[in-house]
Amino acid sequence: MKKALKVVGLALGLVASASSFAQEKLKVGFVYVSPTGEAGWTYNHDQARLSLEEAFPGVVKTTFVENVAEGADAERVITQLAKSGHELIFTTSFGYMNPTIKVAKRFPNVKFEHATGYKRADNVGTYFDRIYEARYLTGVVAGYMSKTDVVGYIGAFPIPEVVRGINAFALGVRSVKPNAKVKVVWVNTWFDPAKEREAANSLIDQKADVITFHTDSPAPVQAAQEAGIYAIGYHSDMSEYGEKAHLTAAVHNWKGFYKKRVEQVLAGTWKSEDVWQGFAGGMTELAPFSPAVPAEVVSKVEALKTKIIAGEFHPFSGPLKNQAGELILKSGEVMSDEALLGMNYYVEGVDGKLK
Amino acid sequence: MLKIEARAQPSKHWAYFSPILAVVLTLITGAILFSSLGQNPVEALYIFFISPIEDWYGISELLVKCIPILLCAYGLSLCYRASVWNIGAEGQLLMGGLIGSAMALQFVHSDSIWAMPLTLLAGILGGAAWAGIAAFLKLKMNSNEILVTIMLNYIALNLLVWAVHGPLKDPQGFNFPESALFAQSTILPVLFEGTRLHLGLVFVLLALAIIWVFVSKTFIGFQIRVLGMDKAAAKMAGFSQNKLSALVLLVCGGLAGLAGASEVSGPIGQLVPSISPGYGYAAIIVAFLGRLHPLGITLAGLLMALIFMGGEMAQISLALPSAITGIFQGLILFYLLSSDVLIRYRIKIKLPPINSVKKRVYPTQTEAQ
Repeated sequence: MKKALKVVGLALGLVASASSFAQEKLKVGFVYVSPTGEAGWTYNHDQARLSLEEAFPGVVKTTFVENVAEGADAERVITQLAKSGHELIFTTSFGYMNPTIKVAKRFPNVKFEHATGYKRADNVGTYFDRIYEARYLTGVVAGYMSKTDVVGYIGAFPIPEVVRGINAFALGVRSVKPNAKVKVVWVNTWFDPAKEREAANSLIDQKADVITFHTDSPAPVQAAQEAGIYAIGYHSDMSEYGEKAHLTAAVHNWKGFYKKRVEQVLAGTWKSEDVWQGFAGGMTELAPFSPAVPAEVVSKVEALKTKIIAGEFHPFSGPLKNQAGELILKSGEVMSDEALLGMNYYVEGVDGKLK
Repeated sequence: MLKIEARAQPSKHWAYFSPILAVVLTLITGAILFSSLGQNPVEALYIFFISPIEDWYGISELLVKCIPILLCAYGLSLCYRASVWNIGAEGQLLMGGLIGSAMALQFVHSDSIWAMPLTLLAGILGGAAWAGIAAFLKLKMNSNEILVTIMLNYIALNLLVWAVHGPLKDPQGFNFPESALFAQSTILPVLFEGTRLHLGLVFVLLALAIIWVFVSKTFIGFQIRVLGMDKAAAKMAGFSQNKLSALVLLVCGGLAGLAGASEVSGPIGQLVPSISPGYGYAAIIVAFLGRLHPLGITLAGLLMALIFMGGEMAQISLALPSAITGIFQGLILFYLLSSDVLIRYRIKIKLPPINSVKKRVYPTQTEAQ
């Protein structure tokens, strides 16, 4: 009798633990700075979030909060996610850096991943991709396609991340057309389709015949389509917003990284890291080329990409001159990550002043 | 047939009932909206309006969110009572945050007890000075204060962006647009352990009491009300329109500046490009929702903050899009403005007389609806 009871007890215990295991999902939270939308920075993160749900059916449950302002609101939203049982939280905008660090202190058992920042803690990792590699290659494409030798670039904020992209793009353009100019317009916002479109039009007025941008909406692609010029997308493939205009796009791919981090949390091996990978790590990609790009250009770009992956070529290789014509990198040298991360000057060929 | 008739006098009952009616209608529409989105409406409304303030932490966060909105709205109500159409609380708040930060950054390595008071004072002066520009242009150049204050908002935003990318940037910040973190001596003390609820709440309560007494009990408050209702009467009585307009603008600017300084030295703790997600604009809505009365404004501010937090909870718990927040804000404004019709008009149900069938009746404009 006693034995029977024990068995029943054991069985009950097993059932209970099995059912609690089935319910014990890993909740993963995402904080977005703009609406998820249909293209762009946030859309791209959201695609990776959805891929998590597919990759771990029944095990991972994801939640997102979109359009969260980078001021005092961010800390509340991140806290709310941590409080409601999310064990891994991705905060996907630079302005969430200090709020993420603050909340992480109060929730030492929750893991945080902050995109684009530089502050880490035991439970806060950072990640970003070497999108400048794709910027350089799209610059090469722009160089081949431009007839006016003027290409336009819409920047959000003059921070190193954006400046690095502009410089990489300019280097790519000028590797093909040494006298070409890159004109820059700052919009001081990450997401404002009306402003982005206005900026695109002002670049087009300045004779730019290929434009690209470091903002979140596909508005510049639409503006290019209407004006009958070319555009290069950013964040995600934006060809559906301007079939004729869209040449290719510099694209982030977070799917592999998110999957890996979730696996590590599930296995209990997650550790705070600073991840910065490009083509080689699969974090940076090029969108498919439009038929307007000649086959020889495509093969040249593909060849360069292979070299970058193999570590044989770096977009920021000497000799490199800044806007004033001073040598900043000697021939044969490759720029260090530290110098890349703190970039606050334009290279030769970029028009205008960096404020 | 429904007929809308002008009342001889605005209804006192409906002045109080119309906001309640608006809230009820919003809830009903919200319930319909939620069920059409495939949610249980009761549960969804619970998550939207109750779950954000279920615990003490949630309430404290609601108050944190309210602080800048209310400080701006109290100041704006003063302006609007005097018929001075100040749209510039946002710019005044940003300037308060900017000038306050400039002061706070002088104390980065200091534990002086003056750090915090001077930061707040700098914020108040910054906001008041920004409003002072509008006051000067209105009084000396006869410029339209609506246009001037709107444009000053953009100038303030760009000044802030310039400062945070330039002189106030953290020298150790890898060139990112953020100031250094403020020293502990500058940070507003938290009132309750474990929350973010800071000293700003005390400023809100003080502002509430002072504005209330000022408007309803002092002679200057009386002059402001007269000026707002009838300029000619104010002139006849010998009240100085110029002085009063300047006064309300400066007070509002000072309060908005205090709000900005309290944000940077409170929950944010440094100067960043986005210190306000539009508090100064939300405050305009809150001021009118609250009927320009300090108590009404307080309730309206709490409601706006609750809708905002409810939107976040709806995203976290129900996976609804953030647009739901905007829809609720729009709904409540729409219903409030519609319900206000009942204050000045009454609806009469008139049955058509039986013999009127033979007559051809041409609907008048009011009947047509």
